[in-house]
Amino acid sequence: MISLRSSFPWLRMPLFALAVFAILQIPADAARDNALVVDLSDDLIGISTGFTGANVLLFGATDGEGDVIVLVRSPDSRVVVRRKSRVAGIWINTDELTFDDAPGFYQVAASGPVADILPARLLEANQIGVDNIVFKPHEFLSPSEEQVFREALVRNKQRSGLYGESVGDVSIQGGRLFRTRLELPANVPTGEYTVTVLLVDNREVVSRSTRQLSVRKVGIEAKVTEFAFEQSLWYGILAVLIALIAGWFAGFVFRKV
Amino acid sequence: MSIYLPIAEMSVDVFLILLMGGGVGFLSGLFGVGGGFLMTPLLIFIGISPAVAVATEANQIVAASVSGVLAHTRRRNVDFKMGIVLTIGGFAGSSVGVVLFTFLREIGQVDLLVRLCYVVFLGIVGSLMLFESGRAILRRQSGTASRGKLHQHTWFHGLPFKMRFRRSRLYISALLPIGIGFFVGILAAIMGVGGGFLMVPAMIYLLGMPTSVVVGTSLFQIIFVTANVTFLQAVNNQTVDIVLALLLLTGAVIGAQLGTKASGKLRGEELRGLLALMVLGVCAKIGIELVAKPDDVYSINEIDGFGL
Repeated sequence: MISLRSSFPWLRMPLFALAVFAILQIPADAARDNALVVDLSDDLIGISTGFTGANVLLFGATDGEGDVIVLVRSPDSRVVVRRKSRVAGIWINTDELTFDDAPGFYQVAASGPVADILPARLLEANQIGVDNIVFKPHEFLSPSEEQVFREALVRNKQRSGLYGESVGDVSIQGGRLFRTRLELPANVPTGEYTVTVLLVDNREVVSRSTRQLSVRKVGIEAKVTEFAFEQSLWYGILAVLIALIAGWFAGFVFRKV
Repeated sequence: MSIYLPIAEMSVDVFLILLMGGGVGFLSGLFGVGGGFLMTPLLIFIGISPAVAVATEANQIVAASVSGVLAHTRRRNVDFKMGIVLTIGGFAGSSVGVVLFTFLREIGQVDLLVRLCYVVFLGIVGSLMLFESGRAILRRQSGTASRGKLHQHTWFHGLPFKMRFRRSRLYISALLPIGIGFFVGILAAIMGVGGGFLMVPAMIYLLGMPTSVVVGTSLFQIIFVTANVTFLQAVNNQTVDIVLALLLLTGAVIGAQLGTKASGKLRGEELRGLLALMVLGVCAKIGIELVAKPDDVYSINEIDGFGL
């Protein structure tokens, strides 16, 4: 298809001029809006049969000195945190608190200790660090109880490698180029991830850029899951049939033994 | 070599799973039991969620029981009429079991229930078997063989709906096998087992069936009960992992053949004694886990989306 511009080359000039004009119009305090260019080596992580985790290279350039903070966050889900206590000698789940919006996966990488890069107020506002993730509790508990459950949620997630703060992982070359490796373990939840990159200068966020990273099952893994969840009746019948045939086949093969 | 299990949503070593299948299969061939009571705890131990472990193991037991029944049918060791009556109770019981399982999973008590069932029933059955085989070994050594009655007559021989089971040489109320099938069915669904370790003693001591037809008939009804559990778990909870089930049964089939060969080298009461020790071992391990303080008294569970 022939575009308007290529059939009328003279149209390009005014558009270019307009673009330059638009850039010049940016107010001074946001002058570094395009100070950050970011990209990912992959924007799709496919979970296939051999999946044992993945590794995505995030790289980019800044227009000058500054620190870089990278936040990787999967979609939120409802998580119930349960507490066991001893009842008649055995450990039983007795208390619970549900959080409506806990990210399934959360990682921070930065070019230095985040507490030195940004003041606490801004770390909190940007949900940087596992202690600053906002969880909305579903039920009301006393603030101290809520805090205990919150910490338990983070601790459990950290134990399974899903929450973390790999401080000092972003390397900056020549003050302009930066890169980091985002490690996704084998148990990553699926979904559309958001990768947010913040450029910090003088304890202020001067620029921010986000990229989408899609984590999903592909190939046979995707087919089996889709089948199991969307056609669960037929999946159940098929599972039984496969087992019946496999059992019959085994009995047939080994009947002489 | 690792493989990503689509429903369990984790990566496992193929050889580890094959080895587990083979090892449990060997023991099940050796002792003539299904092996679910060993496999389900093992699956949970390697990190598979109890819900997926229970449902997937039911699927694997379907296959194991089919090949077992084929062997027993050739030796005419299956009382099909009794098997069908037990299955009627088993179908109802396992359906109730799956509903109960789903409910307890929602309120976060499924782990507790599964563990308690294991401790209680493995404890009872293991102790009885150990006692019985010990007595048999002692009796053999002292050289006196005692003969008792075929079975004791008790109140349940007076129940209505009497049926004749020719191969088992019994004339009893159908309510009795239906009731036993129902009860074992509930436990099979909750524990992720076939229930043979409960069904076999119940058939011998409660129904008074001859031992020759007990294992074949038990396996016959286990096919239907575990098929029902597999189907209902797949429909209600989407927790049946076909890939895992296939890996397990591949190992189990080979292991079971080797186990059957090895079983010829041991005496019946010695086999039962060993099996009893193993059953009690699993019971003790799970019992300790219930009583010991967990590393972290807090645990988490995702509610939305895939997985648990």
